[in-house]
Amino acid sequence: MLIFEKSRAGRGCQILPPCDVPEILPEEREQRQQPLHLPALSEGDLSRHYTELAKKSHGVNDGFYPLGSCTMKYNPKIDEEAAALPGFTEIHPLQPAHTVQGCLEVLKTAESLLCQITGMDRMTFQPAAGAHGEFTGLLLIKAYHVSRGDTARTKILVPDSAHGTNPASAAMAGYKVVSIPSGPDGCVDLEKLREAAGDDVAGLMLTNPNTVGLFDKNILEITEIVHQCGGLCYYDGANLNAVMGQARPGDMGFDVVHLNLHKTFATPHGGGGPGSGPVDCKALLAPFLPSLLVEGESELSFRKPEQSVGEVKSFYGNFLVVVKALAYIWTLGREGIPEASANAVLNANYLMAKLKPWYPMAYDGICMHEFVMTLAELKKETGVSAMDIAKGLLDWGIHPPTMYFPLIVEEALMVEPTETESRETLDQAAEAFHSLYQAAKTKPESLHAAPVTTPVTRLDEVEAARHPHLRYSFEG
Amino acid sequence: MGSYVPNTVEERQEMLAAIGLSSMDDLFAEIPEQVRLRQGLDIPEGLSELEVRRNMEALAGKNKVFPTIFRGAGAYRHYIPALVKSVISKENLVTAYTPYQAEVSQGILQSIFEYQTMICDLTGMDVSNASVYDGASAAAEGIAMCRERKRNKALVSAAALPYAQEAIRTYCFGNNMELEVIPEKDGVTDLAWLREHLDASVAGVYLQHPNYYGNLEPAEEIAAAVHQAGAKLVMGVNPISLGILKTPREYGADIAVGEGQPLGLSLAFGGPYLGFMACVESLMRKLPGRIVGQTQDHNGKVGYVLTLQAREQHIRREKASSNICSNQALCALAAGVYLAAQLDAIGFRTENKGAFFHEFVTVSQVPAQTVLKRLEEENILGGLPLDEHRILWCCTERNTREEMDQVVRILKEVEASC
Repeated sequence: MLIFEKSRAGRGCQILPPCDVPEILPEEREQRQQPLHLPALSEGDLSRHYTELAKKSHGVNDGFYPLGSCTMKYNPKIDEEAAALPGFTEIHPLQPAHTVQGCLEVLKTAESLLCQITGMDRMTFQPAAGAHGEFTGLLLIKAYHVSRGDTARTKILVPDSAHGTNPASAAMAGYKVVSIPSGPDGCVDLEKLREAAGDDVAGLMLTNPNTVGLFDKNILEITEIVHQCGGLCYYDGANLNAVMGQARPGDMGFDVVHLNLHKTFATPHGGGGPGSGPVDCKALLAPFLPSLLVEGESELSFRKPEQSVGEVKSFYGNFLVVVKALAYIWTLGREGIPEASANAVLNANYLMAKLKPWYPMAYDGICMHEFVMTLAELKKETGVSAMDIAKGLLDWGIHPPTMYFPLIVEEALMVEPTETESRETLDQAAEAFHSLYQAAKTKPESLHAAPVTTPVTRLDEVEAARHPHLRYSFEG
Repeated sequence: MGSYVPNTVEERQEMLAAIGLSSMDDLFAEIPEQVRLRQGLDIPEGLSELEVRRNMEALAGKNKVFPTIFRGAGAYRHYIPALVKSVISKENLVTAYTPYQAEVSQGILQSIFEYQTMICDLTGMDVSNASVYDGASAAAEGIAMCRERKRNKALVSAAALPYAQEAIRTYCFGNNMELEVIPEKDGVTDLAWLREHLDASVAGVYLQHPNYYGNLEPAEEIAAAVHQAGAKLVMGVNPISLGILKTPREYGADIAVGEGQPLGLSLAFGGPYLGFMACVESLMRKLPGRIVGQTQDHNGKVGYVLTLQAREQHIRREKASSNICSNQALCALAAGVYLAAQLDAIGFRTENKGAFFHEFVTVSQVPAQTVLKRLEEENILGGLPLDEHRILWCCTERNTREEMDQVVRILKEVEASC
């Protein structure tokens, strides 16, 4: 039941004391005429409403969540407590610098640790999410070329296996996207890359390991080809969890990187936000960074980069998310960071080996932190699709893998277990996958109807898009 | 060292054996040796939970928490009901991803559907998205929505929040839209200038109401002029003010955006905040970000899904929940007017000519920094200095009459000693 349907006139919560100064109203012509329908509920009913909604949501805390490309690892509780300290939450962003030295030190320390992990020089925390970071990183590339009078570079190269946000961000930054095909091995086709690399190329966007879960072993050649033609290389950090502490984008030849603190650095996803997509770069791009940089040793202060591209949002980014990520990095430290990535890769390979007998893999060999299965054969044979298997997993209490991505793999399921899952969890998941495989073979119709144990069954998305019903109607 | 990896070293060996490898290092055989980080990261060793807590408490302790705040300028200290904190710490909601799997995400989807309804109700608009990063990025996205094939110019009021103006400028650098700033006159957008510059190339106009100085803009006249020129009006609004002030829709705006932070989010040194966006129905398919729609499942049961995904390209969203708007609006307005009147009486002249919401500007002979320093000694964060003699003040329901009288007393002393 919607909160509006529970509302009763006259109910409410006692939150504020009576106003202790004379009340006034704006002039009639400035007052709203339209009545307000904000719900009126007692505190108890309101609290119960959200508890009910929470019960109808599945988070990492509710069970295995192998959603490929999203790095759904455990969100440590100490990180949450750190970010809830009043010394962080009660600070106005426009307080004088000498009263926010702790906040500045958080930013400075996090910058230095993350730059060490990525092999970069400077960082901005202003972008609020991965896609926002991509947009910001591309603006740095654009500003760099413009500052050199090199305005003929209008194209960004993006492999066909890239995250969907890559081409979208390039378009927002005013670039034309050129798609580079992958070879049969799932890696960038070097010949095709060479053909596309010219003096109209502003840069390349690449995820490594890529979205099929493979480390592109030609990475040094790739970045070299792009640099040779005068372009810059952008690293999409969505998959950094596989290689942090093992290899660094900076050493691979990348010039600018965005990180997803809400993936790699264990801050919660919050049902879609808030995230944090800081962007770090080599020194040549640092003058163009947005927002303010923290400078100084004992007395810290903010400085605006001299050729800044400008602000991409208010203030200094999602500060509390940075606090959480810093607590996480402090906890893991120099041994814990590579331990996390190695175990993420181990868990992925362990689960992949278990599933291989039933679900063919899109690519051979050792995978990184995730792998992609193709259910094309299964579908042809039984009519059971990747979607059906995914929905079947819901009845096992498992959040499904990413479906139908990457686009270059037919009937794809992309599985990313992360390092915070135990062997038993992986074994149980394998059992669930096996059981679904058997069901596909023997009673495929049961999977078309899945899930059956969830609060609702499969929803009619076509109807939702055809006749958009996007808010409650108070007129009844 | 802390670690969140459950598998023991022995278990890892067994798992390696199961996949035919002998060491953890074998997992990374595909990485070229030239880029393998053999010497390890140059960062400190890991810490125990207690050490992390101590470090964090030490850092938080280096900040000054002002018990009394009269500063706004885009970030507002409102009272956050205890229930809000309880709701936003529910793990099923906090630790979930974007609700792609609707069957196990009905709670999140329904809360967004309810949020969309409330934003539409507050702004008077037809459609709301599930929110974007913050008010400034919402302003920039709003302007980008106005763009048409033959209209590529944006006009932005100089009386809008500086961060919103800046974000619009940055997004325009990205998508190659032209941008001009509409000058301010007497603390509001210069209507005469705007009328002269509204040509056929203008796609959208950005107006903030109440504006940066707290002033109410001649929004109706501006909307009429903008529409006459065939352009669209994006209005940035404070959601709390909508408890009493006319809605953007009533003023004639096409798109309403704003900073959702006053709706129950803490100051948090600037983030995370929340950007809301709503528009008239005809622009629905240009609205960015995620949108939740109502539909039915196979058994005819009502449910919610992410919808209209064809127009969506980005992964972005934050959310908040609160339902205490009009009450706060009245308190904030009353407190602002009270303080302004008191300060005006002692020589801190109120610059605002007409009606203002909960922010206002004073001009005084006494240097702003002298005033603010003196207030800081009394643990009061005064208004934001705009220049040497002008201060932008903000009041909310958090400010008691006693606090305001104290500020007036201190300022009187400062003035007397200058």
